[in-house]
Amino acid sequence: MSDSIDIINAFALLTNFVLLPALSYGSQLALGALAVTLVYSILRFSNFAQGDSMAFGTMIVILLTGFMIGNGWTVTGIPTALLVIPIAIIGTSIYMLTIDRLVYRHYRRIKAKQNIVGITASIGVMFITGGIVRFILGATPQRFEDGERFIFSVREFKAFTGLEQGIALKTSQFLTITIAFLLVAFLFYFLQKTKTGKAMRAYSDNQELALLSGIDPDKVVQITWLLVAALTTIAGALYGLDKGFAPQQYHLLLLPIFASVIVGGIGSPLGAIAGAFLVSFSEVLLTYAYKKFLIYLLPLSMHPKSLVQLIGTEYKYAISFVILVTVLLIRPTGLFKGKVIVGE
Amino acid sequence: MRNYIKTTAGFILSATMATASFGATVNVGELQGFTGPLESMIGPMTGGANLAVTEANASGAYLNGTIVVVQGDSVCIDPAVAIAQAEKMINDDNVMAIMGPNCSGNTGAVITNVLVPNGVVAISPSATSPALTTLEDGGWFFRTAPSDARQGPVLADIAISRGQTDMAVTHSNSDYGKGLADAFVTAYEAAGGTVTVFAGHEDDKADYSADVAALSAGGSTTLAVLGYADTGGRGIIAASEDTGAFTDYIFGDGMISEVTSGAVADGSWGTLPSPDATLGANWKAVAEAGGVDGSGVFSAESYDAMALIILASQAARSTDRAAIQAEVMNVANAPGRLCDAGDLANCLKWISGGLEVDYVGATGVELDAGGTANGSYAEREVIGGVFTDVKIHK
Repeated sequence: MSDSIDIINAFALLTNFVLLPALSYGSQLALGALAVTLVYSILRFSNFAQGDSMAFGTMIVILLTGFMIGNGWTVTGIPTALLVIPIAIIGTSIYMLTIDRLVYRHYRRIKAKQNIVGITASIGVMFITGGIVRFILGATPQRFEDGERFIFSVREFKAFTGLEQGIALKTSQFLTITIAFLLVAFLFYFLQKTKTGKAMRAYSDNQELALLSGIDPDKVVQITWLLVAALTTIAGALYGLDKGFAPQQYHLLLLPIFASVIVGGIGSPLGAIAGAFLVSFSEVLLTYAYKKFLIYLLPLSMHPKSLVQLIGTEYKYAISFVILVTVLLIRPTGLFKGKVIVGE
Repeated sequence: MRNYIKTTAGFILSATMATASFGATVNVGELQGFTGPLESMIGPMTGGANLAVTEANASGAYLNGTIVVVQGDSVCIDPAVAIAQAEKMINDDNVMAIMGPNCSGNTGAVITNVLVPNGVVAISPSATSPALTTLEDGGWFFRTAPSDARQGPVLADIAISRGQTDMAVTHSNSDYGKGLADAFVTAYEAAGGTVTVFAGHEDDKADYSADVAALSAGGSTTLAVLGYADTGGRGIIAASEDTGAFTDYIFGDGMISEVTSGAVADGSWGTLPSPDATLGANWKAVAEAGGVDGSGVFSAESYDAMALIILASQAARSTDRAAIQAEVMNVANAPGRLCDAGDLANCLKWISGGLEVDYVGATGVELDAGGTANGSYAEREVIGGVFTDVKIHK
């Protein structure tokens, strides 16, 4: 390594190992967190089935992708999974509407204490959904990406720029970040500007008042599930494209997703997104070993001997929870003033 | 999921009932991680275990009637579940012994909380933590997989002989991962190797870019992954491949899986407990004839674990748990007539004829004083995207 100060290589290093991975992971969490937020705002319960629902959506994507590839129906340059997402969303929507009809509607009808009853019911739905996925697709991890894996790889980047440190941009990372951005933009437009979106927000603010002003609650609930199904399927497919599919992994995604939602302020869409990126970035930034980075930035005499790591990666889990506890202690409503979670 | 397993168990039960002659039935427990971090490996393992039972039942030579397998899901990483399942097997199903459990942490918990207080033998096909050797098991616990106290030095020797003198090491933050990593690092550093970064990883994380970023900061391009192929290890490799952090990998047995070989470049390698070529070929033929994937990790050890229980019960001429315990070492070790995999029928007859047997089985079983198999290790390299045996280390 050179002994001079080298800002470009330091930046490349940080981009490759910290910024890009955290950005794409954050985007995947954000979509899942938005789905949880929507369910919480409209249907008034924390949906524990979110992780497994993502697995369900991804399962349809995987099955359709296999079918398309088997028939040679592919488009060069675009992952086949992306083409089948719309159909998968329809499948997931049907599943979610069916579950709503069979499970959640009953509790709305009898006006049960919705958060706690909903949570409990959704835990049941979580196990059933996970079981269905394992039954149909099996428990083995799968990869379903096709086409070009990298937009540019570390080697190509190094050859092109002549830098010592390479940056890799995976197709799935690029798609994740772009699609998440577009989807979030669409969702905000929908909620803020369209009539249906306004009806949903009205229903979320005050159910009785919304009913009096002629909003059809069944329709609001249905639209919510459709949006949730879309977010869920896309989040699941993007996560799977990026990191591979395994039912167990999706099940466990629930933890970081809920951490994001609560940190951001439960019920606040903006908070869900902010929370997702806070969780993903803090994990990577706090556990990164800055040795190489500092070697590029500091003169030889000041080169660090140790790894310059704030916290060992073993404590990654703890970081999400420390953030969670801190936020709940200081701002129980979350960063973006969501609903205070009370024992209703 | 659990219902699904029960249904499967039901099918197996009815299948074995149909083929066997009438008579008494005896329950034997199969406590494995049907769901959880090991779930993708369980198919061949349960296949191996059931093959031994099917063979014994078909022979009609087992003294105590027909053997029925009672399956239980240990979920691999949750001791509470494993303990509850083991208790259920012992108290409700009245099993004569238990084949399993799988993961080292779970196994330790089951030994201390269930096996010792109840006085029941368990033979694990896959729990490899060195810590289990020193754990107070009252002589109730055996394993057909060798301890990682042996695998660590084997890995280190191969690494040095391949000229890999520096590497980062990451291990699953579990009893298995820690045990193997400590044994490996000690032997590797003693042989002159340098470990640039040593860090554990949690198995259930959604994202591993932070782990890989830290591991790569030490500067080495070789990474030893001592973890599980379906969870943490898989995530670590994916994140490393994405960022180009490491080019060469070294794997412990938990990582030897199609999931791993499909994700890394040729030239990466690992070790796993594996019998020598003759035994291996025999097991492969036996497994194939029985419709089991004999190349599956721990499938042979699973067969052996179940076979040992059956033979020990035969030698004890009863299903009494203490009597079985007293016979396990006798049937597993010399002296006696050698018994191979696929030959359980003869073996059972020899024993009932009053002969001593030395069970060789699928993996060349020989138990040390602590009840752990000595074992040999296969060095497997990724060639053409598939793990291929290159050498057997004794």
